[in-house]
Amino acid sequence: MNPMKPMNDAVLDLRGLSVDIAQGANALRVVNEISLTVRRGEAVGLVGESGSGKSMTAFAVMNLFPSPLARLAAGQVLLEGKDLAQLPPDALRAMRGARVGMVFQDPTSYLDPLMPVGRQIAEPLRAHGRTEGLQARVLQLLDLMELPNAAQVARKYPHELSGGMRQRILIAAALAMRPALLIADEPTTALDVTVQAGILALLTRLRKELDLGILLITHDLAVVAETCQRVNVMYAGEIVESNDVVPLFDRPRHPYTQGLLRSILSPASRANSLFSVPGGVPIAGHWPSGCRFHPRCPIARPGLCDSVAPLLVPHGAGADRCHLSGEPAAAQAWDTAGVTA
Amino acid sequence: MSDTSLSPLVAPPVGTPFQKAGFRRRLLRRWSTRLALAVLSALLVLAVFAPLLAGYDPLGGGDDALLPPLSPGHWLGTDDLGRDIWARVVHGTRISLTVGVASALIAVLVGVFVGALAGYFGGWLDTVLMRVAEFFQTLPRFVVALIVIALFGTSLLKMILVIAALSWPQLARVVRASVATLRQSQFVDAARVAGMRDGAIILREILPNAAAPIIVLGSLDIAMAILIEASLSFFGLGDPNHVSWGAMLNDAQQYLRSAWWMSAFPGLAIALTVLAFNMLGDALNDALNPRGAAR
Repeated sequence: MNPMKPMNDAVLDLRGLSVDIAQGANALRVVNEISLTVRRGEAVGLVGESGSGKSMTAFAVMNLFPSPLARLAAGQVLLEGKDLAQLPPDALRAMRGARVGMVFQDPTSYLDPLMPVGRQIAEPLRAHGRTEGLQARVLQLLDLMELPNAAQVARKYPHELSGGMRQRILIAAALAMRPALLIADEPTTALDVTVQAGILALLTRLRKELDLGILLITHDLAVVAETCQRVNVMYAGEIVESNDVVPLFDRPRHPYTQGLLRSILSPASRANSLFSVPGGVPIAGHWPSGCRFHPRCPIARPGLCDSVAPLLVPHGAGADRCHLSGEPAAAQAWDTAGVTA
Repeated sequence: MSDTSLSPLVAPPVGTPFQKAGFRRRLLRRWSTRLALAVLSALLVLAVFAPLLAGYDPLGGGDDALLPPLSPGHWLGTDDLGRDIWARVVHGTRISLTVGVASALIAVLVGVFVGALAGYFGGWLDTVLMRVAEFFQTLPRFVVALIVIALFGTSLLKMILVIAALSWPQLARVVRASVATLRQSQFVDAARVAGMRDGAIILREILPNAAAPIIVLGSLDIAMAILIEASLSFFGLGDPNHVSWGAMLNDAQQYLRSAWWMSAFPGLAIALTVLAFNMLGDALNDALNPRGAAR
């Protein structure tokens, strides 16, 4: 955002990050060589359909997976210059919650039902050895989250709060240690639209006030447009296009990005003209040959797209992974091929 | 219409099992639970103030042997050595409650520790710990207690330890199951992401959420321990320096026909105590489990 800022103030730098899921003797590669950068005070979106590997990427940053079968297979996770993939478990634990905070889709199930929320916000502080001034810090965080009556809210149990308030509690806990990076995995998906707008505005305010780097994972391009400065579109475990938010929305180069943008509902959408990209994300490990998107692509060229895997090619401020993105046909890929449901 | 008339229509707050008011209301809903709590409070008073309430030395005999109940000075009668039955029953409360509560407490501590380790870390640790627990579970509790006490001699402490050693596996299994489920819950993921240590996650996040079955089994274990203690004493393996209901029953065997009161009152005491703890465990189970509370 700020042109005066040097280029090396990256909070998070993923380089060739790959995640495998063990399956018997084999390993399924669910995330393949992701590279992206989040700078201080910058929000970066990671967008894709379900099954594209975006949440796995988030867990890989923490090197902590919900399943013991998943593991970081290759690449570097540079957090403030330190490679988390190489850290011993205890040093890694000391980073979690302290330098990186994480919030999730469903704030209800990510809160302990038997613990007053004030104490839950203080847990990361305790986990990192802070014992004094916890109460004051909790109240300060609740104020920062724009929750009125902080002292009262701190004593409540999760079930006594609304969904939006719970998400604010989770964000407060994630930011308790003043981390440099916040990973938000579908932070507004479980909330209704007005609450969602409030949370997104809060994230934007926090980003500016705390100079916070945010990695925002979502399937919702509208959320990205509202919140992020940079976007990475993921498909089938790979980044297919990345760019600054304005050029990506104005001139998407990958047919998949174009399809996603078309799928956004607008007042002009009517039941008989809803657009959707036909087909679905292939199952992890059963990726199509060549370009992973070619079976769903309206302009796929036989003999090229189904056999040669495209590389991520830089173009201006962005990059895209398509053989045909430079050709005129790509610009209107969906004009004739769009499916109406 | 006053406000209070509407209150039954207002849904009770849905919450955690430990929401204090709701918990007490659910616990005390049945009269049988209130009765059990009354019996247990009375037993506690008897145990604590036994020397004051007994009136006689429970071990000192007298000339008035085999007096029937309601005799002057001995309202529950005396036994074959002229000892006051009331005094002996009251002092027996101490032993029963001590053995019951102490061994259940040890069993809970060991069971929770083993179960939490096995459930949280899984893998080979889980396998080893659970095989050990299963080994203890396959042993018939009473027979083993009998053999151990017979081999190593008797004392109150040994009795407590033997009973605890035979009771922890059941708790360990239940705790392991709860912990293994809870460790996959998302708030535990959140705790890990926040950088919490495993020990803190188990103590602060998981165990409070697994408390209900532990409390229930603990109270049922007290009843079981009291029964085993009484049985061991009945077979003459109790601590001879203490009065025990089981030992009283043993003494009463020869007089079953001539002096029914010698067996009736200690027997009644055992039955009442065990029943009360069982009913308490049952009530706790219902009260701590909101899904089963629709009665």
